[in-house]
Amino acid sequence: MADTNYERQNPAFYALIALLVFMSIGPVLLLLINSLKLDVDITSGAGGLLFMPTIRNYETALCDILWYEPEHLRFCTIRFGGAFVNSLIIALISTALTLIFGCMAAYALVRFKFMGRDSLSLSTLAVRMIPPAVLLVPVFGLWNNSFCLDNDYGLGAWIRDTFGGRGDVCLAGTHSGIILVYVAMNLPFVIWILQSFIVQVPKSLEEAARVDGAGPFQVFFLVVLPLIKPGLAAASIFTFRIAWNEYLLASALADRDTMTVPILIVNNASEFDGLGTIMATGMLLAIPPILFTLFASRQIITGMTAGAVKG
Amino acid sequence: MTRQNVSRLTPYMFIAPAALVMILALFYPIGYMMWGSFRDWDPSQSISETEFVGMQNYVRLWMDAQFWESFSVTLIFAFTVVAVEMFLGVGLALLLDRNIRGMSVLRTLFILPMMIAPVVVGLVWRYMFHQTYGTFNRFLEAIGLDGIDWLGQNPLLSVMIADIWQWTPFIFILSLAALQSLPRSALEAARIDGATPWQQIIHIKLPLMAPVLIVTMLLRLIDAFKVLEVILVLTGGGPGLSTEILALRIARTAREFRELGEAAAMSNYLLVLLMVLTLGMFAFTRWQEARARRLKFAAEEEG
Repeated sequence: MADTNYERQNPAFYALIALLVFMSIGPVLLLLINSLKLDVDITSGAGGLLFMPTIRNYETALCDILWYEPEHLRFCTIRFGGAFVNSLIIALISTALTLIFGCMAAYALVRFKFMGRDSLSLSTLAVRMIPPAVLLVPVFGLWNNSFCLDNDYGLGAWIRDTFGGRGDVCLAGTHSGIILVYVAMNLPFVIWILQSFIVQVPKSLEEAARVDGAGPFQVFFLVVLPLIKPGLAAASIFTFRIAWNEYLLASALADRDTMTVPILIVNNASEFDGLGTIMATGMLLAIPPILFTLFASRQIITGMTAGAVKG
Repeated sequence: MTRQNVSRLTPYMFIAPAALVMILALFYPIGYMMWGSFRDWDPSQSISETEFVGMQNYVRLWMDAQFWESFSVTLIFAFTVVAVEMFLGVGLALLLDRNIRGMSVLRTLFILPMMIAPVVVGLVWRYMFHQTYGTFNRFLEAIGLDGIDWLGQNPLLSVMIADIWQWTPFIFILSLAALQSLPRSALEAARIDGATPWQQIIHIKLPLMAPVLIVTMLLRLIDAFKVLEVILVLTGGGPGLSTEILALRIARTAREFRELGEAAAMSNYLLVLLMVLTLGMFAFTRWQEARARRLKFAAEEEG
């Protein structure tokens, strides 16, 4: 074991760090390397790092949105491009809605005294433990039956008026259907994180703004929001990550046209002939989270520690 | 509307959108599920057409050996994984809590695994575990050992390894943050009194970190029950039922066996289990805090 108390560390210490780094990014590198290999090279294992990189797998994966026809393909089977667009739409809109609703609710829970405040913040905490699998059955049932547009009364009619939809019968199979679940699922977490940031905003600032004649909504949007930007960044990354990566609920709700990337990967993962292609789709799915990690790791760590340490 | 009315309504207006969405897509569905768990419910039926069967779904599950197998696999998976992750994560945090250059880069690299989609994690690990061309077996063969049939013979171990890879960094980051916010004076005093590094860790660092560690463990435990995609892609629950955790079984009951009522009852069992765990943890921390306070009080009385 390495010795403590010294600025200069034992060489074993650096070896340990190198090993840890290798272990944590190794699998990701492996994914990247394999996505650039031909299937033959992946399974034969010859060459290791020495191989001719090819973008053929990416061409196969993206064939439905490429402007040219890749030579090696006879027809386009994987509709990755469409799924990617679906994933983007769903993840971006649900992140935006979750953040807007979440920061308003968090603000109200922190700043105002009103009836039911305690039970509300308690229930947001309790809801965090609900696994998506538990929501599978009711969401599947409701989105296919009760929350349908041909319901001329009650919730069905309300949803038709509010969210629209494709003129189809049900919320299932629409982007809005999936977005609605994701927003509801992520709200408790976002409210919880943002609360810890809003508590730190000095009350005197808000009072000063109110004296100057700003209404409660102006105070919130013009004074409070700019001050909790780090919290918003952290919360949005976490929400985006969940909406972007989620498989189970999306697979229950999506149809052929609203399929997201994780569904496509699970559906194609069992076919062994397209190993390189599936690695390429996996890599494409992993790119946005990797970019977030590289450019916003400070916000991610802030969000993670705010969730646990201040909770 | 008078100004007073407006200000009384403001909090509700702030809370309304979030509350509405959560009631509509979270609380109502859960109530709906509880109602549905007492019914014989096929996916093609709307719930009003289904037949009320009382506790039948619950009783059938209670008698079902396969359900209990899934139940125990879930518990074994969650507790083992969290225990190992806590051990490794806290250990690494204690080891790496030093003034070294590039710590922020290290942390960035360490959080990479948890940001990546579980589906992709499953994909990569399935490749690495593959019996003939997988990375591990190729390595074992290169150093002259026999390959291991990871997913066939040791499926639960394999999914646990993948989960530990993905989530140990979570515990590492949180315990490192806890370590670095410890009061320096206590550590300084211990060092001056000649405490060895081990004594410092066991008598000072760990007890001071305990509150954060308990919350971290609770969060991780709750998340361990949500794991599904990694296992789905890695083994699909098999071979047999060896890795079929409850979440996976719920999904299969609902979609392959088309027994929504039974799946709903199973979801309720899972919810009750999680509720008991969460409440138990909260009660435990309360009890510990109370005990610590009592001890401190007693010590002050004596002194």
